[in-house]
Amino acid sequence: MTSLPATPPAKRLGLVIDLDTCVGCQACVVNCKEWNTGGYPAPLSDLQPYGKDPTGAWLNRVHTFDVGEGADGRTVHFPKSCLHCENAACVTVCPTGASYKRAEDGIVLVDESKCIGCGLCAWACPYGAREMDGTAKVMKKCTLCIDRIYNENLEPEEREPACVATCPSRARHFGDLADPESDVSRLVRERGGYDLMPEMGYAPTNKYLPPRPRGAATVSRACGTKLEDAAPAGGFLGWLDRLLSD
Amino acid sequence: MRPAFSVIFFTTASGAGYGLLALLGLAALLGGVPADRGLGVAGLGLALALITAGLLSSTFHLGHPERAWRAFSQWRSSWLSREGVAAVATYLPALAFAAVWVLGGTLSGALGLLSALGAAATVYCTGQIYASLKPIARWHHPLTVPVYLAMALATGGLLALLLLFAFGLPGGWLTLLTLLALPAAWLLKLRWWQETDGAAATSTAGTATGLGRFGDVRLLERPHSGSNYLLDEMVFKVARKHAGRLRRIAVGLGLLLPWLLILGGWLAAPSAGAALLALLAVVSAGAGVVVERWLFFAEAQHTVSLYYGASSTGCAAPQNFELPTRQA
Repeated sequence: MTSLPATPPAKRLGLVIDLDTCVGCQACVVNCKEWNTGGYPAPLSDLQPYGKDPTGAWLNRVHTFDVGEGADGRTVHFPKSCLHCENAACVTVCPTGASYKRAEDGIVLVDESKCIGCGLCAWACPYGAREMDGTAKVMKKCTLCIDRIYNENLEPEEREPACVATCPSRARHFGDLADPESDVSRLVRERGGYDLMPEMGYAPTNKYLPPRPRGAATVSRACGTKLEDAAPAGGFLGWLDRLLSD
Repeated sequence: MRPAFSVIFFTTASGAGYGLLALLGLAALLGGVPADRGLGVAGLGLALALITAGLLSSTFHLGHPERAWRAFSQWRSSWLSREGVAAVATYLPALAFAAVWVLGGTLSGALGLLSALGAAATVYCTGQIYASLKPIARWHHPLTVPVYLAMALATGGLLALLLLFAFGLPGGWLTLLTLLALPAAWLLKLRWWQETDGAAATSTAGTATGLGRFGDVRLLERPHSGSNYLLDEMVFKVARKHAGRLRRIAVGLGLLLPWLLILGGWLAAPSAGAALLALLAVVSAGAGVVVERWLFFAEAQHTVSLYYGASSTGCAAPQNFELPTRQA
């Protein structure tokens, strides 16, 4: 059934991605691939992985952008996976009922046994969240690791998406964005989390936290402000201080 | 967007087929064709063959054609599903219309009208599949559906004239209709080009990343060194270089040449020469529409390209950004 849930899902599970702390290490990309090529959407195949033109289906990718000019310029690493939109056109355009949005938690999934591989859902997604599997010939997408987050065989602290679990800089957060008191909702409120391409009207669930403004401390160090004497009383420490201050 | 040959062939062939079916149906209702059995076999045979070949061709680009039957199930939400339902439903009145004409030797205006309505509904759904896609600004335009409908009518008119002239009949009002429908369709197309060329981009790299508030957003590094499905399918830009010339070729082959040929056929009809002129007009217009459909895909920019270094105006990406070419 490719109509969207009649009433908004009680839970809206999704990711909050911190563009301030993401270091672009690609660990989330790799762990996503590793988990999902053996999990729910398996296989997540690569074509010619060791050949001349390797390609493959990946559910999470990190782009890197240069933003602004000169002293105000910054480099921003930008991870992107399915945003599990409220108005998910990838679901409504599906002719077969393979693409669907779960009423209980808002996760957008593909029933691969019904997918005919027409590719229309990928066209309907403004974010490029869906990729065709070159071997299985069906559409693949981020499942928010439904086979981890509800998996009772895993320790409770491991029940989060693979990308979140592996992030070394805590740039990825998982939770219920419909609950205003959840950690992720609080983060969004405090840090001014925003939607990608709000003008498209897809109402994505995932939110992005903007890079923080440059701190004053950073500026003063960069300007080389003189620091106070380490040992104004002199003596051995004073001698050492003068020596190290050259 | 990558121009898939199967889809270009499908929309061109089935569009012309539905146009012919609709015009034969209307001609049965309003008068304009004789109840000649040979004409029925040739006319409805040609229309249904083009429609069927187009529909079969459209299944070639599916990953799992054996599951295509599932595509009839989601007509409540999906234009692609509605197109499938409309296409199959149109066979019912069309086959009945053909049976009554060919076996019974009579023209059923009611069945003709139903066939025409089914044909129009199917082409309307085809246009809506494209027009409903917001991420492709050029397609998400109010004229996309009218262009599909008008092209189907105009190319169907050329086919109808080819049939009538081949059977040594005068074109009647179908000649006048075609001579008007052809320029009308291409005027809509020119208007579509003009408006979608000049449209201000709704999405930019700034809104796609949400980083526009910090300044100009430029791609520094793509996620990977190779290509991927998204780039192959939606960041196609080979034909843009020749877009201007291809548009002139499309208008020349699709409008100017067939219009003059049909004008000549009208003056020469009924004669073998008229049929030959109409045949040339059909071939020329078919080629013109194929070029037009190629451009429809090749010139369309999907918002996902904003994440891969494209500018929102569709202009060339920075010098260090080069799409890898990959064999199919």
